[in-house]
Amino acid sequence: MKELICIVCPRGCRLTVNENNDYAVTGNSCKRGEVYGKAEVTAPVRVVTSTVRVLQDGRVPSRDRAVRCPVKTSDAIPKGLIFDAVKAIEAASVKPPVRIGDVIIPHICGTQADLVATKNII
Amino acid sequence: MYDLIIIGGGPAGLAAAVKAKECGLKKVMICERSTELGGILNQCIHNGFGLTYFKEELTGPEYASRFIDMLKETDVEVRTDTMVLDISPEKEVHMVSPAMGYRVEKAKAVILAMGCRERSRGALSIPGTRPAGVYTAGAAQKYVNIDGYLPGRRVVILGSGDIGLIMARRLTLEGCKVLACVELNEYSSGLNRNIVQCLNDYDIPLLLSHTVTNISGDRRVERVTVSEVDNKTKQPIPGTEQYFDCDTLLLSVGLIPENELSRDAGINLDPRTKGPYVYDNMETSLPGVFACGNVLHVHDLVDFVTQEAQRAAAAAAEYVKKGQPERGEVLDVKTAGGVTYTVPQQICPADLEGDTKVSFRVNRVFGKSRIVVSSGDRELFTQKKPFMMPGEMQNVMLPADILKAAEDSITVEARED
Ligand SMILES: Cc1cc2nc3c(=O)[nH]c(=O)nc-3n(C[C@H](O)[C@H](O)[C@H](O)COP(=O)(O)OP(=O)(O)OC[C@H]3O[C@@H](n4cnc5c(N)ncnc54)[C@H](O)[C@@H]3O)c2cc1C
Ligand code: SF4
Repeated sequence: MKELICIVCPRGCRLTVNENNDYAVTGNSCKRGEVYGKAEVTAPVRVVTSTVRVLQDGRVPSRDRAVRCPVKTSDAIPKGLIFDAVKAIEAASVKPPVRIGDVIIPHICGTQADLVATKNII
Repeated sequence: MYDLIIIGGGPAGLAAAVKAKECGLKKVMICERSTELGGILNQCIHNGFGLTYFKEELTGPEYASRFIDMLKETDVEVRTDTMVLDISPEKEVHMVSPAMGYRVEKAKAVILAMGCRERSRGALSIPGTRPAGVYTAGAAQKYVNIDGYLPGRRVVILGSGDIGLIMARRLTLEGCKVLACVELNEYSSGLNRNIVQCLNDYDIPLLLSHTVTNISGDRRVERVTVSEVDNKTKQPIPGTEQYFDCDTLLLSVGLIPENELSRDAGINLDPRTKGPYVYDNMETSLPGVFACGNVLHVHDLVDFVTQEAQRAAAAAAEYVKKGQPERGEVLDVKTAGGVTYTVPQQICPADLEGDTKVSFRVNRVFGKSRIVVSSGDRELFTQKKPFMMPGEMQNVMLPADILKAAEDSITVEARED
Protein backbone atom coordinates (compact mmCIF):
# COMPACT_ATOMS: atom_id res chain seq x y z
CA MET A 1 0.00 0.00 0.00
CA LYS A 2 1.28 3.45 -0.88
CA GLU A 3 -0.34 6.58 0.49
CA LEU A 4 -0.09 9.74 -1.51
CA ILE A 5 -1.80 13.04 -2.08
CA CYS A 6 -3.39 13.55 -5.47
CA ILE A 7 -1.94 16.66 -7.10
CA VAL A 8 -3.98 16.73 -10.27
CA CYS A 9 -6.21 19.44 -8.86
CA PRO A 10 -6.10 21.62 -5.76
CA ARG A 11 -8.50 19.43 -3.82
CA GLY A 12 -5.60 17.19 -2.86
CA CYS A 13 -7.51 13.96 -2.19
CA ARG A 14 -5.66 11.39 -0.09
CA LEU A 15 -5.14 8.31 -2.20
CA THR A 16 -4.13 4.79 -1.29
CA VAL A 17 -2.59 2.70 -4.07
CA ASN A 18 -2.43 -1.05 -3.68
CA GLU A 19 0.59 -2.43 -5.58
CA ASN A 20 -0.54 -5.98 -4.89
CA ASN A 21 -3.94 -5.51 -6.45
CA ASP A 22 -3.21 -4.12 -9.92
CA TYR A 23 -2.52 -0.66 -8.43
CA ALA A 24 -6.13 -0.23 -7.33
CA VAL A 25 -6.72 3.35 -6.13
CA THR A 26 -9.05 4.38 -3.31
CA GLY A 27 -9.75 7.79 -1.77
CA ASN A 28 -10.06 9.63 -5.08
CA SER A 29 -13.02 11.93 -5.82
CA CYS A 30 -12.78 11.62 -9.57
CA LYS A 31 -11.43 9.46 -12.36
CA ARG A 32 -8.37 11.67 -12.81
CA GLY A 33 -7.22 10.79 -9.32
CA GLU A 34 -7.27 7.12 -10.17
CA VAL A 35 -5.20 7.70 -13.30
CA TYR A 36 -2.77 9.83 -11.31
CA GLY A 37 -2.45 7.37 -8.42
CA LYS A 38 -1.57 4.51 -10.76
CA ALA A 39 0.86 6.58 -12.78
CA GLU A 40 2.52 8.19 -9.75
CA VAL A 41 3.42 4.79 -8.39
CA THR A 42 4.43 3.25 -11.73
CA ALA A 43 5.76 6.17 -13.86
CA PRO A 44 5.45 9.66 -12.34
CA VAL A 45 4.77 12.58 -14.71
CA ARG A 46 4.45 16.38 -14.35
CA VAL A 47 3.25 19.30 -16.43
CA VAL A 48 6.12 21.78 -16.68
CA THR A 49 5.37 25.51 -16.79
CA SER A 50 7.86 28.29 -17.40
CA THR A 51 8.37 31.32 -19.66
CA VAL A 52 10.25 31.94 -22.91
CA ARG A 53 11.81 35.13 -24.18
CA VAL A 54 9.68 37.37 -26.41
CA LEU A 55 11.82 38.68 -29.28
CA GLN A 56 11.62 42.44 -29.43
CA ASP A 57 13.16 42.99 -32.92
CA GLY A 58 12.11 46.33 -34.20
CA ARG A 59 9.43 46.80 -31.52
CA VAL A 60 9.20 50.06 -29.66
CA PRO A 61 9.94 49.31 -26.00
CA SER A 62 7.13 50.32 -23.69
CA ARG A 63 6.03 49.33 -20.23
CA ASP A 64 3.06 47.29 -21.42
CA ARG A 65 5.08 45.20 -23.92
CA ALA A 66 5.51 41.65 -22.68
CA VAL A 67 9.14 40.46 -22.47
CA ARG A 68 8.31 36.90 -21.38
CA CYS A 69 5.65 34.57 -22.74
CA PRO A 70 4.32 31.94 -20.31
CA VAL A 71 4.37 28.35 -21.60
CA LYS A 72 3.42 24.83 -20.52
CA THR A 73 3.85 21.31 -21.74
CA SER A 74 0.56 20.31 -23.39
CA ASP A 75 0.67 17.07 -21.39
CA ALA A 76 2.50 15.81 -18.35
CA ILE A 77 6.00 14.55 -19.13
CA PRO A 78 8.12 12.00 -17.21
CA LYS A 79 9.42 13.49 -13.97
CA GLY A 80 12.96 12.54 -14.90
CA LEU A 81 12.81 14.80 -17.98
CA ILE A 82 11.85 18.01 -16.15
CA PHE A 83 15.34 19.52 -16.12
CA ASP A 84 15.97 18.58 -19.77
CA ALA A 85 12.71 20.29 -20.67
CA VAL A 86 13.75 23.37 -18.72
CA LYS A 87 17.01 23.54 -20.74
CA ALA A 88 15.09 23.36 -24.00
CA ILE A 89 12.70 26.06 -22.77
CA GLU A 90 15.59 28.35 -21.83
CA ALA A 91 16.91 28.22 -25.38
CA ALA A 92 13.52 28.92 -26.98
CA SER A 93 11.97 32.25 -27.90
CA VAL A 94 8.82 33.52 -29.61
CA LYS A 95 8.04 36.30 -32.01
CA PRO A 96 4.74 38.12 -31.51
CA PRO A 97 1.92 37.80 -32.26
CA VAL A 98 1.46 34.70 -30.14
CA ARG A 99 -1.86 32.94 -29.50
CA ILE A 100 -2.69 30.61 -26.61
CA GLY A 101 -1.95 27.06 -27.75
CA ASP A 102 0.68 28.01 -30.37
CA VAL A 103 3.30 25.26 -30.44
CA ILE A 104 6.73 26.59 -29.51
CA ILE A 105 8.62 23.28 -29.26
CA PRO A 106 6.93 20.23 -30.81
CA HIS A 107 7.46 16.90 -29.01
CA ILE A 108 9.57 18.41 -26.26
CA CYS A 109 12.41 16.06 -25.21
CA GLY A 110 11.02 13.42 -27.55
CA THR A 111 7.76 13.11 -25.62
CA GLN A 112 4.20 13.21 -26.94
CA ALA A 113 3.80 16.65 -25.38
CA ASP A 114 4.38 19.98 -27.13
CA LEU A 115 5.53 23.16 -25.45
CA VAL A 116 2.67 25.62 -26.01
CA ALA A 117 2.04 29.28 -25.27
CA THR A 118 -0.42 30.05 -22.44
CA LYS A 119 -0.96 33.72 -23.16
CA ASN A 120 -1.99 35.85 -26.12
CA ILE A 121 0.72 38.37 -26.91
CA ILE A 122 0.19 41.00 -29.59
CA MET B 1 -24.30 57.68 -14.95
CA TYR B 2 -23.17 54.08 -15.03
CA ASP B 3 -25.33 51.16 -13.94
CA LEU B 4 -22.29 49.48 -12.45
CA ILE B 5 -18.62 50.27 -11.89
CA ILE B 6 -16.34 47.37 -11.03
CA ILE B 7 -13.06 48.18 -9.30
CA GLY B 8 -10.32 45.68 -10.17
CA GLY B 9 -9.83 43.64 -13.35
CA GLY B 10 -8.63 40.34 -11.85
CA PRO B 11 -10.70 37.15 -12.04
CA ALA B 12 -13.30 38.59 -9.63
CA GLY B 13 -13.80 41.79 -11.63
CA LEU B 14 -13.82 39.96 -14.96
CA ALA B 15 -16.44 37.40 -13.90
CA ALA B 16 -18.56 40.14 -12.33
CA ALA B 17 -18.49 42.21 -15.54
CA VAL B 18 -19.52 39.29 -17.75
CA LYS B 19 -22.29 38.27 -15.35
CA ALA B 20 -23.61 41.84 -15.03
CA LYS B 21 -24.11 41.94 -18.80
CA GLU B 22 -25.85 38.55 -18.75
CA CYS B 23 -28.18 39.96 -16.12
CA GLY B 24 -29.09 42.78 -18.47
CA LEU B 25 -27.23 45.79 -17.08
CA LYS B 26 -26.51 48.40 -19.75
CA LYS B 27 -23.66 50.75 -18.85
CA VAL B 28 -20.95 48.77 -17.09
CA MET B 29 -17.36 49.88 -16.53
CA ILE B 30 -14.37 47.99 -15.17
CA CYS B 31 -11.33 49.89 -13.83
CA GLU B 32 -7.93 48.23 -13.54
CA ARG B 33 -4.83 50.02 -12.29
CA SER B 34 -2.45 47.74 -14.20
CA THR B 35 -1.93 48.00 -17.96
CA GLU B 36 -3.64 44.67 -18.55
CA LEU B 37 -6.61 42.71 -17.23
CA GLY B 38 -6.18 39.43 -15.36
CA GLY B 39 -4.90 40.52 -11.93
CA ILE B 40 -2.63 38.20 -10.02
CA LEU B 41 -3.32 35.43 -12.57
CA ASN B 42 -0.90 37.03 -15.02
CA GLN B 43 2.04 36.12 -12.84
CA CYS B 44 0.67 32.70 -11.80
CA ILE B 45 2.02 30.84 -14.83
CA HIS B 46 1.73 27.45 -13.12
CA ASN B 47 -1.20 25.15 -13.80
CA GLY B 48 -3.96 24.20 -11.41
CA PHE B 49 -6.67 26.73 -12.16
CA GLY B 50 -10.21 26.04 -13.28
CA LEU B 51 -10.82 22.39 -12.47
CA THR B 52 -14.05 23.19 -10.65
CA TYR B 53 -15.31 25.87 -13.01
CA PHE B 54 -14.10 24.76 -16.45
CA LYS B 55 -13.52 21.07 -15.60
CA GLU B 56 -10.03 21.40 -17.04
CA GLU B 57 -6.70 22.36 -15.69
CA LEU B 58 -5.45 25.73 -16.86
CA THR B 59 -2.57 28.05 -16.05
CA GLY B 60 -3.34 31.47 -14.55
CA PRO B 61 -3.01 33.42 -17.83
CA GLU B 62 -5.20 30.87 -19.63
CA TYR B 63 -7.90 31.11 -16.97
CA ALA B 64 -7.86 34.92 -17.20
CA SER B 65 -7.99 34.88 -20.99
CA ARG B 66 -11.20 32.80 -20.96
CA PHE B 67 -12.93 35.67 -19.20
CA ILE B 68 -11.11 38.39 -21.13
CA ASP B 69 -12.41 36.76 -24.34
CA MET B 70 -15.97 36.63 -22.94
CA LEU B 71 -15.67 40.28 -21.94
CA LYS B 72 -14.64 41.22 -25.49
CA GLU B 73 -18.01 39.92 -26.70
CA THR B 74 -19.76 42.53 -24.54
CA ASP B 75 -19.86 46.32 -24.59
CA VAL B 76 -18.38 46.68 -21.09
CA GLU B 77 -16.14 49.74 -20.97
CA VAL B 78 -12.66 48.63 -19.94
CA ARG B 79 -10.38 51.25 -18.44
CA THR B 80 -6.93 49.83 -17.82
CA ASP B 81 -4.04 51.87 -16.38
CA THR B 82 -6.76 53.47 -14.25
CA MET B 83 -6.36 53.66 -10.51
CA VAL B 84 -9.43 54.22 -8.34
CA LEU B 85 -8.58 56.64 -5.53
CA ASP B 86 -11.83 57.07 -3.70
CA ILE B 87 -15.46 55.97 -3.53
CA SER B 88 -18.02 58.24 -1.93
CA PRO B 89 -21.10 56.94 -0.09
CA GLU B 90 -23.09 58.35 -3.05
CA LYS B 91 -21.16 55.92 -5.25
CA GLU B 92 -19.07 58.51 -7.03
CA VAL B 93 -15.89 56.79 -8.10
CA HIS B 94 -12.77 58.96 -8.30
CA MET B 95 -10.14 57.64 -10.67
CA VAL B 96 -6.94 58.72 -12.34
CA SER B 97 -5.17 57.50 -15.49
CA PRO B 98 -2.46 58.78 -17.84
CA ALA B 99 -4.95 58.74 -20.73
CA MET B 100 -7.88 60.54 -19.11
CA GLY B 101 -6.41 62.31 -16.10
CA TYR B 102 -8.60 62.71 -13.03
CA ARG B 103 -12.22 61.65 -13.46
CA VAL B 104 -15.24 61.23 -11.24
CA GLU B 105 -17.85 58.77 -12.53
CA LYS B 106 -21.14 58.08 -10.81
CA ALA B 107 -22.70 54.63 -10.64
CA LYS B 108 -25.93 53.09 -9.36
CA ALA B 109 -23.97 50.15 -7.99
CA VAL B 110 -20.30 49.40 -7.33
CA ILE B 111 -18.49 46.07 -7.05
CA LEU B 112 -15.26 45.97 -5.06
CA ALA B 113 -12.82 43.46 -6.63
CA MET B 114 -9.43 44.89 -5.67
CA GLY B 115 -7.87 41.60 -4.58
CA CYS B 116 -5.28 41.47 -1.82
CA ARG B 117 -1.68 42.29 -1.10
CA GLU B 118 1.09 40.42 0.64
CA ARG B 119 1.95 40.81 4.27
CA SER B 120 5.51 41.93 4.80
CA ARG B 121 5.16 41.98 8.57
CA GLY B 122 7.20 38.77 8.87
CA ALA B 123 10.39 40.69 8.11
CA LEU B 124 9.74 43.59 10.40
CA SER B 125 10.01 41.54 13.55
CA ILE B 126 13.24 39.74 12.57
CA PRO B 127 16.37 41.09 14.26
CA GLY B 128 19.51 41.79 12.26
CA THR B 129 20.63 44.12 9.52
CA ARG B 130 18.38 45.40 6.73
CA PRO B 131 20.30 44.42 3.61
CA ALA B 132 18.93 44.08 0.06
CA GLY B 133 17.66 40.66 -0.91
CA VAL B 134 14.50 40.41 1.21
CA TYR B 135 11.39 40.22 -0.98
CA THR B 136 7.82 39.09 -0.69
CA ALA B 137 7.28 35.87 -2.63
CA GLY B 138 4.72 37.54 -4.90
CA ALA B 139 7.13 40.33 -5.82
CA ALA B 140 9.74 37.69 -6.68
CA GLN B 141 7.11 35.87 -8.74
CA LYS B 142 6.52 39.03 -10.75
CA TYR B 143 10.25 39.60 -11.31
CA VAL B 144 10.76 36.08 -12.58
CA ASN B 145 7.59 35.45 -14.57
CA ILE B 146 6.74 38.88 -15.97
CA ASP B 147 10.01 40.80 -15.99
CA GLY B 148 12.29 37.82 -16.62
CA TYR B 149 15.04 38.19 -14.05
CA LEU B 150 16.02 36.33 -10.91
CA PRO B 151 15.93 37.93 -7.47
CA GLY B 152 18.99 35.91 -6.31
CA ARG B 153 20.72 32.53 -6.42
CA ARG B 154 20.61 30.94 -2.98
CA VAL B 155 17.22 31.30 -1.39
CA VAL B 156 15.50 30.70 1.94
CA ILE B 157 11.73 31.03 2.08
CA LEU B 158 9.97 32.12 5.26
CA GLY B 159 6.37 30.94 5.43
CA SER B 160 4.83 28.07 3.53
CA GLY B 161 1.93 29.90 1.89
CA ASP B 162 1.13 28.85 -1.65
CA ILE B 163 3.06 31.64 -3.30
CA GLY B 164 6.19 30.67 -1.38
CA LEU B 165 5.82 27.01 -2.34
CA ILE B 166 5.18 27.85 -5.98
CA MET B 167 8.25 30.09 -5.98
CA ALA B 168 10.42 27.37 -4.41
CA ARG B 169 9.82 25.22 -7.49
CA ARG B 170 9.95 28.07 -9.94
CA LEU B 171 13.34 29.28 -8.70
CA THR B 172 14.69 25.71 -8.58
CA LEU B 173 13.75 25.23 -12.23
CA GLU B 174 15.48 28.51 -13.05
CA GLY B 175 18.70 27.20 -11.56
CA CYS B 176 18.57 28.71 -8.06
CA LYS B 177 19.27 26.70 -4.94
CA VAL B 178 16.34 26.81 -2.53
CA LEU B 179 17.83 25.82 0.82
CA ALA B 180 14.71 25.53 2.94
CA CYS B 181 11.14 26.58 3.42
CA VAL B 182 10.65 27.66 7.04
CA GLU B 183 7.19 27.56 8.66
CA LEU B 184 6.30 28.87 12.12
CA ASN B 185 3.27 26.59 12.60
CA GLU B 186 3.29 22.85 12.92
CA TYR B 187 1.41 22.62 9.61
CA SER B 188 1.79 24.38 6.29
CA SER B 189 -0.77 26.97 5.27
CA GLY B 190 -0.27 26.01 1.63
CA LEU B 191 -2.23 23.47 -0.39
CA ASN B 192 -1.07 19.85 -0.06
CA ARG B 193 -0.63 19.62 -3.75
CA ASN B 194 1.93 22.41 -3.67
CA ILE B 195 3.89 20.80 -0.86
CA VAL B 196 4.12 17.57 -2.87
CA GLN B 197 4.74 19.18 -6.24
CA CYS B 198 6.94 22.10 -5.28
CA LEU B 199 8.98 20.94 -2.28
CA ASN B 200 9.02 17.14 -2.13
CA ASP B 201 9.64 16.76 -5.87
CA TYR B 202 12.86 18.77 -5.52
CA ASP B 203 13.91 17.59 -2.06
CA ILE B 204 13.52 21.05 -0.56
CA PRO B 205 13.22 20.69 3.21
CA LEU B 206 10.08 22.03 4.88
CA LEU B 207 11.04 23.05 8.42
CA LEU B 208 7.78 23.11 10.39
CA SER B 209 7.74 24.84 13.81
CA HIS B 210 10.75 26.93 12.79
CA THR B 211 11.30 30.61 12.10
CA VAL B 212 13.96 33.00 10.89
CA THR B 213 15.54 34.63 13.94
CA ASN B 214 18.27 36.73 12.35
CA ILE B 215 19.21 38.25 9.01
CA SER B 216 22.82 39.23 8.46
CA GLY B 217 24.67 40.86 5.60
CA ASP B 218 26.18 44.20 4.88
CA ARG B 219 24.63 45.37 1.63
CA ARG B 220 23.09 42.12 0.52
CA VAL B 221 21.71 39.24 2.59
CA GLU B 222 24.58 36.86 3.39
CA ARG B 223 23.15 34.55 5.99
CA VAL B 224 19.93 33.84 7.85
CA THR B 225 19.56 32.11 11.17
CA VAL B 226 16.71 29.65 11.59
CA SER B 227 15.55 28.39 15.00
CA GLU B 228 13.00 25.90 16.16
CA VAL B 229 10.03 27.40 18.00
CA ASP B 230 8.02 26.19 20.95
CA ASN B 231 4.60 25.25 19.53
CA LYS B 232 2.72 26.78 22.47
CA THR B 233 4.54 30.07 22.94
CA LYS B 234 5.82 30.40 19.34
CA GLN B 235 9.10 31.60 20.88
CA PRO B 236 12.45 30.44 19.46
CA ILE B 237 14.17 27.70 21.47
CA PRO B 238 17.78 28.69 22.33
CA GLY B 239 20.40 26.26 21.09
CA THR B 240 18.41 25.12 18.02
CA GLU B 241 19.95 27.67 15.62
CA GLN B 242 20.82 26.58 12.08
CA TYR B 243 22.62 28.89 9.64
CA PHE B 244 21.91 29.18 5.93
CA ASP B 245 24.31 31.05 3.68
CA CYS B 246 22.04 32.67 1.13
CA ASP B 247 21.60 35.89 -0.83
CA THR B 248 17.83 36.02 -0.80
CA LEU B 249 15.04 35.68 1.74
CA LEU B 250 11.50 35.39 0.40
CA LEU B 251 8.52 36.06 2.63
CA SER B 252 5.32 34.13 2.12
CA VAL B 253 3.59 35.00 5.34
CA GLY B 254 0.06 35.63 4.18
CA LEU B 255 -2.19 37.91 2.22
CA ILE B 256 -4.40 40.76 3.39
CA PRO B 257 -7.45 42.02 1.48
CA GLU B 258 -6.75 45.41 -0.06
CA ASN B 259 -9.38 47.55 1.67
CA GLU B 260 -8.07 51.10 1.90
CA LEU B 261 -10.80 52.23 -0.50
CA SER B 262 -13.50 50.34 1.40
CA ARG B 263 -12.38 51.73 4.75
CA ASP B 264 -12.27 55.31 3.46
CA ALA B 265 -15.76 54.85 2.05
CA GLY B 266 -16.95 54.02 5.57
CA ILE B 267 -17.71 50.36 4.81
CA ASN B 268 -17.69 48.13 7.91
CA LEU B 269 -14.79 45.68 7.86
CA ASP B 270 -14.60 42.32 9.63
CA PRO B 271 -11.43 42.16 11.75
CA ARG B 272 -11.23 38.40 11.11
CA THR B 273 -11.25 38.47 7.31
CA LYS B 274 -9.95 42.07 6.97
CA GLY B 275 -12.61 42.39 4.27
CA PRO B 276 -16.08 43.96 4.33
CA TYR B 277 -18.96 42.42 6.27
CA VAL B 278 -21.40 41.16 3.67
CA TYR B 279 -24.96 39.87 3.46
CA ASP B 280 -25.74 36.68 1.56
CA ASN B 281 -26.03 38.73 -1.65
CA MET B 282 -22.44 40.01 -1.17
CA GLU B 283 -23.67 43.53 -0.38
CA THR B 284 -21.53 45.47 2.08
CA SER B 285 -22.77 47.81 4.80
CA LEU B 286 -22.93 50.56 2.16
CA PRO B 287 -26.12 50.02 0.12
CA GLY B 288 -25.42 49.22 -3.53
CA VAL B 289 -21.75 48.41 -2.92
CA PHE B 290 -20.87 44.73 -3.27
CA ALA B 291 -17.61 42.83 -2.74
CA CYS B 292 -16.14 39.59 -4.08
CA GLY B 293 -12.87 37.73 -4.49
CA ASN B 294 -9.74 38.31 -2.46
CA VAL B 295 -10.82 41.78 -1.35
CA LEU B 296 -13.60 40.08 0.62
CA HIS B 297 -11.60 37.17 2.05
CA VAL B 298 -8.46 35.44 0.85
CA HIS B 299 -9.23 32.54 -1.51
CA ASP B 300 -6.97 29.65 -2.46
CA LEU B 301 -9.00 28.61 -5.51
CA VAL B 302 -9.80 31.00 -8.31
CA ASP B 303 -12.89 28.96 -9.23
CA PHE B 304 -14.59 30.06 -6.03
CA VAL B 305 -13.57 33.66 -6.73
CA THR B 306 -15.41 33.42 -10.03
CA GLN B 307 -18.55 31.99 -8.43
CA GLU B 308 -18.55 34.61 -5.70
CA ALA B 309 -18.16 37.38 -8.28
CA GLN B 310 -21.12 36.06 -10.26
CA ARG B 311 -23.22 36.07 -7.10
CA ALA B 312 -22.20 39.68 -6.39
CA ALA B 313 -22.91 40.77 -9.98
CA ALA B 314 -26.34 39.13 -10.06
CA ALA B 315 -27.23 40.91 -6.81
CA ALA B 316 -25.84 44.22 -8.10
CA ALA B 317 -28.02 43.86 -11.21
CA GLU B 318 -31.03 43.20 -9.01
CA TYR B 319 -30.21 46.31 -6.95
CA VAL B 320 -29.91 48.50 -10.05
CA LYS B 321 -33.23 47.25 -11.45
CA LYS B 322 -35.30 47.09 -8.26
CA GLY B 323 -33.51 49.21 -5.68
CA GLN B 324 -32.56 48.21 -2.16
CA PRO B 325 -34.30 44.94 -1.24
CA GLU B 326 -36.49 44.71 1.85
CA ARG B 327 -34.21 42.75 4.16
CA GLY B 328 -36.77 41.45 6.62
CA GLU B 329 -35.22 39.51 9.47
CA VAL B 330 -31.40 39.35 9.43
CA LEU B 331 -29.56 36.33 10.82
CA ASP B 332 -26.07 36.85 12.17
CA VAL B 333 -23.73 34.03 11.25
CA LYS B 334 -21.62 33.12 14.30
CA THR B 335 -18.71 30.72 14.58
CA ALA B 336 -17.61 28.10 17.10
CA GLY B 337 -15.27 25.14 17.50
CA GLY B 338 -12.35 25.98 15.28
CA VAL B 339 -14.23 27.92 12.60
CA THR B 340 -12.41 31.24 12.30
CA TYR B 341 -14.81 33.27 10.14
CA THR B 342 -17.67 32.98 7.69
CA VAL B 343 -18.62 34.78 4.50
CA PRO B 344 -21.35 35.94 4.40
CA GLN B 345 -21.52 37.20 7.96
CA GLN B 346 -25.24 37.98 7.68
CA ILE B 347 -28.10 36.18 5.95
CA CYS B 348 -31.57 37.50 5.13
CA PRO B 349 -33.74 34.40 4.83
CA ALA B 350 -36.94 36.16 3.68
CA ASP B 351 -36.58 35.82 -0.11
CA LEU B 352 -34.10 32.99 -0.25
CA GLU B 353 -34.98 30.26 -2.73
CA GLY B 354 -32.14 27.87 -3.52
CA ASP B 355 -29.19 27.04 -1.30
CA THR B 356 -26.98 29.69 0.27
CA LYS B 357 -23.27 29.09 0.15
CA VAL B 358 -21.37 29.85 3.33
CA SER B 359 -17.56 29.86 3.09
CA PHE B 360 -15.27 29.56 6.08
CA ARG B 361 -11.88 28.44 7.31
CA VAL B 362 -10.78 26.34 10.27
CA ASN B 363 -7.90 27.15 12.62
CA ARG B 364 -6.17 23.76 12.72
CA VAL B 365 -5.99 20.43 10.93
CA PHE B 366 -9.22 18.41 11.31
CA GLY B 367 -9.50 14.70 10.52
CA LYS B 368 -12.92 13.14 9.93
CA SER B 369 -15.35 15.74 11.19
CA ARG B 370 -18.75 17.31 10.86
CA ILE B 371 -19.86 20.84 10.18
CA VAL B 372 -22.83 21.56 12.39
CA VAL B 373 -25.08 24.56 11.82
CA SER B 374 -27.37 25.41 14.71
CA SER B 375 -29.67 28.16 15.88
CA GLY B 376 -29.95 28.54 19.64
CA ASP B 377 -29.76 24.96 20.86
CA ARG B 378 -31.38 23.44 17.75
CA GLU B 379 -29.14 21.68 15.24
CA LEU B 380 -30.41 22.56 11.78
CA PHE B 381 -27.87 21.05 9.45
CA THR B 382 -24.82 18.80 9.49
CA GLN B 383 -22.34 17.84 6.82
CA LYS B 384 -19.46 15.39 7.00
CA LYS B 385 -15.97 16.49 6.01
CA PRO B 386 -13.26 13.88 5.51
CA PHE B 387 -10.41 16.32 6.13
CA MET B 388 -9.96 20.06 6.67
CA MET B 389 -6.96 22.30 7.11
CA PRO B 390 -6.45 26.04 7.54
CA GLY B 391 -4.99 26.43 4.05
CA GLU B 392 -8.15 25.20 2.37
CA MET B 393 -11.28 27.29 2.31
CA GLN B 394 -14.39 25.24 3.11
CA ASN B 395 -17.94 25.69 1.88
CA VAL B 396 -21.37 24.47 2.96
CA MET B 397 -24.61 24.91 1.02
CA LEU B 398 -27.43 25.76 3.41
CA PRO B 399 -30.97 25.04 2.16
CA ALA B 400 -33.45 27.92 2.34
CA ASP B 401 -35.91 26.07 4.60
CA ILE B 402 -33.35 25.54 7.35
CA LEU B 403 -32.37 29.21 7.25
CA LYS B 404 -36.03 30.21 7.44
CA ALA B 405 -36.37 28.00 10.51
CA ALA B 406 -33.54 29.80 12.31
CA GLU B 407 -34.02 32.62 14.80
CA ASP B 408 -31.75 35.66 15.33
CA SER B 409 -28.53 33.88 14.47
CA ILE B 410 -26.98 30.67 13.24
CA THR B 411 -23.71 29.19 14.45
CA VAL B 412 -21.31 27.31 12.19
CA GLU B 413 -19.19 24.86 14.12
CA ALA B 414 -16.58 22.20 13.26
CA ARG B 415 -16.62 19.02 15.37
CA GLU B 416 -14.00 16.35 15.00
CA ASP B 417 -15.43 12.81 15.22
C1 LIG C 1 0.85 32.92 -6.12
C2 LIG C 1 -0.57 32.49 -6.15
C3 LIG C 1 -0.86 31.20 -6.56
C4 LIG C 1 -2.16 30.78 -6.70
N1 LIG C 1 -2.39 29.51 -7.15
C5 LIG C 1 -3.67 29.12 -7.41
C6 LIG C 1 -3.93 27.83 -8.04
O1 LIG C 1 -3.02 27.06 -8.31
N2 LIG C 1 -5.20 27.51 -8.31
C7 LIG C 1 -6.23 28.36 -8.05
O2 LIG C 1 -7.38 28.03 -8.36
N3 LIG C 1 -6.01 29.57 -7.44
C8 LIG C 1 -4.77 29.97 -7.11
N4 LIG C 1 -4.53 31.21 -6.53
C9 LIG C 1 -5.68 32.02 -6.06
C10 LIG C 1 -6.32 32.93 -7.11
O3 LIG C 1 -5.42 33.24 -8.12
C11 LIG C 1 -6.77 34.21 -6.45
O4 LIG C 1 -7.63 33.88 -5.42
C12 LIG C 1 -7.51 35.13 -7.44
O5 LIG C 1 -6.62 35.57 -8.44
C13 LIG C 1 -8.10 36.36 -6.75
O6 LIG C 1 -8.79 37.15 -7.69
P1 LIG C 1 -9.21 38.65 -7.44
O7 LIG C 1 -9.81 39.13 -8.70
O8 LIG C 1 -10.00 38.74 -6.20
O9 LIG C 1 -7.85 39.42 -7.13
P2 LIG C 1 -6.59 39.84 -8.08
O10 LIG C 1 -6.28 38.78 -9.06
O11 LIG C 1 -5.53 40.27 -7.14
O12 LIG C 1 -7.14 41.10 -8.86
C14 LIG C 1 -7.39 42.36 -8.26
C15 LIG C 1 -7.15 43.44 -9.30
O13 LIG C 1 -7.59 44.69 -8.80
C16 LIG C 1 -6.70 45.68 -9.20
N5 LIG C 1 -6.82 46.82 -8.28
C17 LIG C 1 -6.58 46.83 -6.94
N6 LIG C 1 -6.80 48.05 -6.41
C18 LIG C 1 -7.21 48.83 -7.44
C19 LIG C 1 -7.59 50.21 -7.53
N7 LIG C 1 -7.60 51.00 -6.46
N8 LIG C 1 -7.96 50.69 -8.75
C20 LIG C 1 -7.95 49.88 -9.85
N9 LIG C 1 -7.60 48.58 -9.81
C21 LIG C 1 -7.24 48.06 -8.62
C22 LIG C 1 -5.35 45.00 -9.13
O14 LIG C 1 -4.40 45.65 -9.95
C23 LIG C 1 -5.68 43.60 -9.64
O15 LIG C 1 -5.52 43.47 -11.04
C24 LIG C 1 -3.23 31.66 -6.37
C25 LIG C 1 -2.93 32.96 -5.93
C26 LIG C 1 -1.63 33.37 -5.82
C27 LIG C 1 -1.35 34.78 -5.35
S1 SF4 D 1 -8.95 12.72 -7.17
FE1 SF4 D 1 -9.87 14.17 -8.60
S2 SF4 D 1 -10.81 15.70 -7.28
FE2 SF4 D 1 -9.36 14.57 -5.98
S3 SF4 D 1 -7.47 15.79 -6.11
FE3 SF4 D 1 -7.36 14.21 -7.68
S4 SF4 D 1 -8.11 15.24 -9.53
FE4 SF4 D 1 -8.77 16.48 -7.79
